[in-house]
Amino acid sequence: MSEENKKKIMFTVRKPPHGTIYVYEGLEVKLIMAAYDADISVVFIDDGVYALKAGQDTRELGIKGFEATYGVLVDYEIQKVFVDRKSMEERGLTEDDLLVIGEDEDTEEPIRPKMVDSSEIAAMMAQQHNILSF
Amino acid sequence: MKLAVCIYEGPYNHEASDSAYNFIKAAIVKGHEIRGIFFYHDGVYNVTKLMDPPQDDRHIANRWSELGASGIDIVVCIAAAKRRGIVDDVLVPNVRISGLGQLTMMAIEADRMVIFGD
Repeated sequence: MSEENKKKIMFTVRKPPHGTIYVYEGLEVKLIMAAYDADISVVFIDDGVYALKAGQDTRELGIKGFEATYGVLVDYEIQKVFVDRKSMEERGLTEDDLLVIGEDEDTEEPIRPKMVDSSEIAAMMAQQHNILSF
Repeated sequence: MKLAVCIYEGPYNHEASDSAYNFIKAAIVKGHEIRGIFFYHDGVYNVTKLMDPPQDDRHIANRWSELGASGIDIVVCIAAAKRRGIVDDVLVPNVRISGLGQLTMMAIEADRMVIFGD
């Protein structure tokens, strides 16, 4: 199926990564859906931006954690990963705090989620066939 | 319009299941098609036949089963179900356990996917 005919499906992540299972099980949905013929994008907003903070250590929580899986999103062909600039700023986070989600095939440069403004997110949302929130 | 509904929360504890049910009933009355219903997260607890609420309360699992009997595809996520001890043996009739691929197909084929939960 050609790129423009694929259904556009967006995931929004708005909850903190730990404390509830929504974000973790939401990640499982993304990995499965990426294997299907759909144009997948992910946007992290509100407390969801904490899921992208590098250097999470969940051992004391007694849970496996999923930062390592976020680290290979690009390998799962989830390349369109965005983070809301305003949500980052409100939480004192900068681009340097973001974890790496893969590396560029050609240059081997690390790929990080792209910081975008709310207006850009709104424009992307308007183009989606469906949006799933976690 | 072709609608798909995804429910994230368990029964009774949270309004999501009731709201989803009421939404679906109203949508059918309005002539919309329900492409499917998908239970995820604690939503998988909605369709266990072990549920036995007081007689003067609504029986949430039976309500979903009746909707399934009317021909709507009701799917329980296997990954979420396995975590929570929900297996085929405890399901009410007219619902099935399957994978996230089913949710994917609903998201692709439905005109709108409506999520109920926090």
